[in-house]
Amino acid sequence: MNKNTTEIIKLKLAKRYAKEKRFKLYGISAIAVSIAFLLSLLINISVTGLPAFQQTYINIEVDIDSKLLKLDSQYSEQELFRANYSKVVKQSLKAMFPGVKGRKQKRALRQLVSKSAIYQLRDFVIDNPSVIDTKQSLWFLARDDVDVFMKGGIDRSLPESDRRLKDFQLVWVDKLLSENRLEKRFNVSFFTEDDSREPEQAGIKGAMIGSLLTMLVTMLLSFPIGVSTAIYLEEFAPKNNKWVDLIEININNLAAVPSIVFGLLGLAVFIGLFGVPRSVPLIGGLVLTLMTLPTIIITSRAALKAVPPSIREAALALGASRVQTTFHHVVPAAMPGILTGTIIGMAQALGETAPLLMIGMVAFIADVPQGITDPSTVLPVQIYLWSDSPERAFTERTSAAIMVLLGFLIVMNFLAVIMRKKFEKKW
Amino acid sequence: MNFGVIITALLVLLLLGYFIGRKRSVTLSKERSQKLHSLPQYYGYLIAFWSSVPALFILLFWAALESSFITSAIVTQLPMHLQQLSVDEIGLFINEIINLSNSALIVEDEVKRQAVSRYNELIEFSASIKSAVVFILAFVSMFVALSFIKPEMKARNLVERLIRWAMIGCASIAVLTTIGIIFSVIFESIIFFKTVNVFDFLFGTHWSPQEAIREDQIGGSGSFGALPLFVGTLLISFIALVIAVPLGLMSAIYLSEYSSPGFRSFAKPVLEMLAGIPTVVYGFFAALTVAPFIRDLGESLNLSLSSESALAAGIVMGVMIIPFVSSLSDDVISAVPQSMCDGSYAMGATKSETIKQVIIPAALPGIVSGVLLAASRAIGETMIVVMAAGLSANLTFNPLEAVTTVTVQMVTLLTGDQEFDSAKTLAAFALGLGLFLTTLVLNIISLYVVRKYREQYE
Repeated sequence: MNKNTTEIIKLKLAKRYAKEKRFKLYGISAIAVSIAFLLSLLINISVTGLPAFQQTYINIEVDIDSKLLKLDSQYSEQELFRANYSKVVKQSLKAMFPGVKGRKQKRALRQLVSKSAIYQLRDFVIDNPSVIDTKQSLWFLARDDVDVFMKGGIDRSLPESDRRLKDFQLVWVDKLLSENRLEKRFNVSFFTEDDSREPEQAGIKGAMIGSLLTMLVTMLLSFPIGVSTAIYLEEFAPKNNKWVDLIEININNLAAVPSIVFGLLGLAVFIGLFGVPRSVPLIGGLVLTLMTLPTIIITSRAALKAVPPSIREAALALGASRVQTTFHHVVPAAMPGILTGTIIGMAQALGETAPLLMIGMVAFIADVPQGITDPSTVLPVQIYLWSDSPERAFTERTSAAIMVLLGFLIVMNFLAVIMRKKFEKKW
Repeated sequence: MNFGVIITALLVLLLLGYFIGRKRSVTLSKERSQKLHSLPQYYGYLIAFWSSVPALFILLFWAALESSFITSAIVTQLPMHLQQLSVDEIGLFINEIINLSNSALIVEDEVKRQAVSRYNELIEFSASIKSAVVFILAFVSMFVALSFIKPEMKARNLVERLIRWAMIGCASIAVLTTIGIIFSVIFESIIFFKTVNVFDFLFGTHWSPQEAIREDQIGGSGSFGALPLFVGTLLISFIALVIAVPLGLMSAIYLSEYSSPGFRSFAKPVLEMLAGIPTVVYGFFAALTVAPFIRDLGESLNLSLSSESALAAGIVMGVMIIPFVSSLSDDVISAVPQSMCDGSYAMGATKSETIKQVIIPAALPGIVSGVLLAASRAIGETMIVVMAAGLSANLTFNPLEAVTTVTVQMVTLLTGDQEFDSAKTLAAFALGLGLFLTTLVLNIISLYVVRKYREQYE
């Protein structure tokens, strides 16, 4: 009988071990799948986004002719400002490609350079009036199609009708290339320019400043409110008090409310009731404050809870009041944890998009916001807006903006980790 | 005087109040050769508080109500035919007046010019009265408070009481937020349900809000049937959970039971990174990479797939919520006492048998609660579906077709400029109410499951 049972078990053993192995394999492949997805996301974004950090420039021999500019020998500053720079650019391009005929081709020729070339030339001439009636060799931003071609985004072997650059344009580009008049440089303007409808001119400065201002409002409101809530609940709140229970339930619940609902709140209460203007960092900050408060409160409470009671008892025994004990001893000891929680909350707020769409931060804004009541957009919303644009160059810029956003988030999380490691006390 | 200047002035006053109060208490105690009850800085805090905080509250209160008062003041002065316009048109008119007064353009229309000048007058008047009231209040309360300072005054107790009330006030913001959410969605929803029947909204199968604003449309109220949106949301969330639950649970099991500490300390933060990536990034990835990939895959299998298929959005969303499942499951699995596992091993069970028959049943309430939280996250997720799912409301359970969700429709209805109380805008609030209630119920169930079924070991 006994032997029989052992035998039965032994017979099953191989099968059971195989099952064990399979189970372990499921586990490791689950992790592998998750990590593979994360990697493919990051690699995909980087591969698409990296080219955007370079920008193609085009070199043109500009004949800054005063006749073309329609300037007399005597001119005022205003006349200089309003002079016909677009004609100068057009004529200089024509001079470089003498054989161009027909309306369509002429227009295409003009579109080798970005529209910003006119303003760039204007600023150059205003800064150095002595260049008038001379020939200058200047570098201008190239149009997005040329830029995409330079980065290998346009396949020559495709039929002409499927290409953004037609055959005759390719001939020009080849000529420019052979004369070393096309050059890829680091894309400074991506960081120093605002949003634009022209991909080659669009940058993220406006969105970054908008994000910064919004985060500032969020930080200034959510840190004091969140930390004092946590201190109250952890150190002062009476036990078995209905109001305190209600507050705790609400905080736990708000932590799981979808972020878009906070947008509705902002729309109905802050905009509808209090008349806060739309699309400004102030309202964005208010909404994000309400959204991040639960995170900050919950992590701060955990940090306060970790401070051992002996610290409190020692302070109280020496005659400190409850408030003094808390603010002189408990809070400083918990500060690293509180700050870590705040940084994590801020990182969450920085990446948030949905509630900001509700309160009108999706508008196209071409100016850098000057204060918290100027219309602005934020980095994630800028990403959302660009991702909608069909131009290939915008896809590239979207990925680049994502890289910048992820960069900020990584730095913030890294800071949080360092802070926790460095200041964490073992009691 | 503008808002920023007043605030700065009040902050300066706050600082000043601190030093004055402190100095005053010290001088008084010397004059009367009486010991102070509290440390001098507490008298300073007290004066600092009274010198600026009441004034600050008045200022914020004023700023919050200013615009609606001015609007109503302008409206009552308008000619009769303008006053009888609908609320929207008056709102538009007021906006125009405000824009005109900011733009310094010359106004042709006589009525408008009067309104603009009246608006400017009111703004100026309000600003000057505001700064006068604020500063008078600040100084009066500061001097009154100063006159109360005596050495025997219990300044510390008073300050501590103030601090405590301030903290209670901060803590109550959470409650106020919930009340604000409930009221903002309920009020608009009630107005919406006056025009659209609740049952038509919940069970109607045709959703096309764009047409419903046209008055001549046949059956305009029927086009707010939100059933396709609910089905779409459930479909995408279901796909997400099908991805996230096995992957999250197996990851948690492996990390807590099998992996070496070294691998765990690497893999756990990496998994948690998935939750830290902004949803707009997932949305972009879903729309740009995953959706075309799935479409091509489908084509090679001779399946007709929409490029905005529910599958693409669902899969990406599933990956996003893996950490919600895995970290909660990880916590509860680690909390199962070792003695139970040891008992199972002692009976000759293999590790996987122990996990399946001992650990998971013991940890089940926690796992279920984690899954419910992940589900509520998936239902409320916005950016992924806005960027990768469709806009047309199809009533289908087929994951290969394009569906739309509640959150997508909320974003489409509310982005762009429409009047505040058009049926379209109100419909977004009704959807928001549904969303809020659904996630609320899921959260409550999840908390309940954890509390009720949690096994208390030891």
